[in-house]
Amino acid sequence: MSSEYLLKLLRNGKREDGRGLNEFRKISFKTGIIKKAEGSAVVNFGNTSVIAGVKLDVGEPFSDSPNEGILIVNAEFSPIAAPFFEPGPPDENAIELARIVDRGIRGSNLIDFEKLCIKEGEKVWIVYIDIHTINNDGNLIDVSFLASILALKTTLMPKYEGKIIREEKVDKLPLRNYFPINISTYKAENILFIDPSLKESNLAEACLSICIRDDDKINSVQKIGSGSFSFEEIEKIFNLTKTKAREIRNLLSSSYIS
Amino acid sequence: MSKSNKIDLIVGGKRLDGRDFFEVREIEMKVNVVNNADGSAMVRFGNTTAIAAVYGPRLLLPKFLQEEKAVLRCRYNMTPFSTDERKTPGHDRRSIELSKVIKSALEPAIFLEDFPKTRIDVFIDIVQADGSTRVASINAASLALAMAGIPMRDLVVACTAGKINGCLVLDLNGKEDNFGEADLSFAMMYSKNRVTLLQTDGEFSYEEIEILIKELKKACEKIYEMQKSTLKDYYQKYVE
Amino acid sequence: MKVREIVLTGQYICEEDGRKISNTVYKEGGKVFSKVVGVLKITDEEINIIPLKYVYIPKVGDRVIGIIKEVETSGWIVDINSPYLAFLPLAEVASSYVDVFRTDLSKFYNVNDIIYTKVIKVSEDKVINISMKDEESRKLKDGVIVSITPTKVARVIGRGGSMIETLKKGTKSEIIVGQNGYIFISGGKVEKAIEAILTIERESHLYGLTDKIKELLKNE
Repeated sequence: MSSEYLLKLLRNGKREDGRGLNEFRKISFKTGIIKKAEGSAVVNFGNTSVIAGVKLDVGEPFSDSPNEGILIVNAEFSPIAAPFFEPGPPDENAIELARIVDRGIRGSNLIDFEKLCIKEGEKVWIVYIDIHTINNDGNLIDVSFLASILALKTTLMPKYEGKIIREEKVDKLPLRNYFPINISTYKAENILFIDPSLKESNLAEACLSICIRDDDKINSVQKIGSGSFSFEEIEKIFNLTKTKAREIRNLLSSSYIS
Repeated sequence: MSKSNKIDLIVGGKRLDGRDFFEVREIEMKVNVVNNADGSAMVRFGNTTAIAAVYGPRLLLPKFLQEEKAVLRCRYNMTPFSTDERKTPGHDRRSIELSKVIKSALEPAIFLEDFPKTRIDVFIDIVQADGSTRVASINAASLALAMAGIPMRDLVVACTAGKINGCLVLDLNGKEDNFGEADLSFAMMYSKNRVTLLQTDGEFSYEEIEILIKELKKACEKIYEMQKSTLKDYYQKYVE
Repeated sequence: MKVREIVLTGQYICEEDGRKISNTVYKEGGKVFSKVVGVLKITDEEINIIPLKYVYIPKVGDRVIGIIKEVETSGWIVDINSPYLAFLPLAEVASSYVDVFRTDLSKFYNVNDIIYTKVIKVSEDKVINISMKDEESRKLKDGVIVSITPTKVARVIGRGGSMIETLKKGTKSEIIVGQNGYIFISGGKVEKAIEAILTIERESHLYGLTDKIKELLKNE
């Protein structure tokens, strides 16, 4: 479908698949899909599909936080997921995505890092989240964020006795009772919309990606793209983010999860 | 780095460097600091110093990259001696992201369509880092672009804000950035009232963000006036 | 010295009133704003801002100075002080047939040769063609090139050619000004000429520049 046609639809408040501007595509997910990982989830928004895997390791803490575990988020835009993704080290988009997810999780205080300390100053748990795109049809940040949160929430910690015994799971990952959600609002010709397909996201000149917690606290904000926002638009987007994040939480809680 | 309160950042109602909550550090601006560049500028916020140099619009190679608009490239780089611990030289993940964020803050202002098939390079070196390096970079780059004759809608002005020991403040220094609870980076085309950068890290309520944006706008007005007088003064200095 | 009024990037200029606008200003919401740092030049026909610095964008008919960068099989790639390289086709040089498979074109122009030439074609996608086929176009020898901001070329020439005459008289140099900001200087007091030209570039926005240049050239 040509971009002019998609723009025409957006101007009339419509999308190519019949959705409204503020409607998600069909959201589905599955957790525990990767047996080798301590936690994992695949999340689909329409045709966009992302896997997040959590692996745990033990290592030295950072010197400025000797009694806290470590979080490392990495994203790979696998060349299987889109014709324009190239093999090689993560590009600036993949790095930005990983850092947005990292800041959102950190800012939400979801992980109780102090409980990940094994021996102060010497040994702590390192939580690796690896985000892997399977099919890119737009809105990768929101899908990746949700996949990461679901993977964390289903992560089981292996036993540690001087070394990691991966076969024996002893506990859940120490998480606080939050459910942060990331909502990216895109803008094309002053029209705001969420959850774009790849073609729609190519029309957008700017995006405001916001991570928000159950108590409406903002955990991270990132403006992306070559356009700008008015103050009114920013206010609108924050309000929209609130309601849309609740919608996802409701959707998920009805189907599962602590 | 964790955002926990490990040290007192506010003592006796003042910040550790003696500032009031909504007080911005001393700012210094200078243009034409790199002779070879088509345009350049230095901007200092306290002990944070950024130097920006603009080259272009210039020939875009290779040919298959040819576009209908100029290609804007930004590179944010921290010098190894700019930080407490020596920073390993080179482009790490943080500087790759910041380069992208800075580009996204500048791009809305530039008439890239005026120079198809060219590229405009914005190189930024942080020579001293004491917090808020990305906004110092944006202020310097905006001046450097204007000096290079790059057509723009307006100058881009930037400032940071944050939450330290539960208090909302403007213009975080390094300590406040490391040990405060949350930070916010902000840029706008001041006379157009358009926001070109909004980035937060840490925990804010929306009401806190609203208050900070209001204060940031006030601070940006002052920085904008400084940018303008810096450009005017530069051309005035030839008057004997 | 008095400063001509300097306008800054983003500055409000006036209400939109149907007059033509130059490419250094833009319209938004019925108002006209500046895109650049420059000097205001408003006439009955046009709202214009002459930027204090700007890159050279070729126009058909411009007389420019170029430097040969590459010799190809059917012509030359020429640097014209612009983000766009120019192409000088063989047909715009030779008046009779040249067998390109047997002739080394560097015998006409070689790398680093300086030419005074004319822009004859600017395509939409910025392919620039230049020509040597007119009386003024020629190879320039035994001189140096000074590069200035192209928007200041008019000041180097002066009203009715007054400034360039002053320069030539004061230095006894041959001075050829390309509209692209390349200026060729040969013979006479070359260093003095360069100094004067760079002064004009730097102080183009001030009044009384002609007197200052006369003074500068007189000292000696």
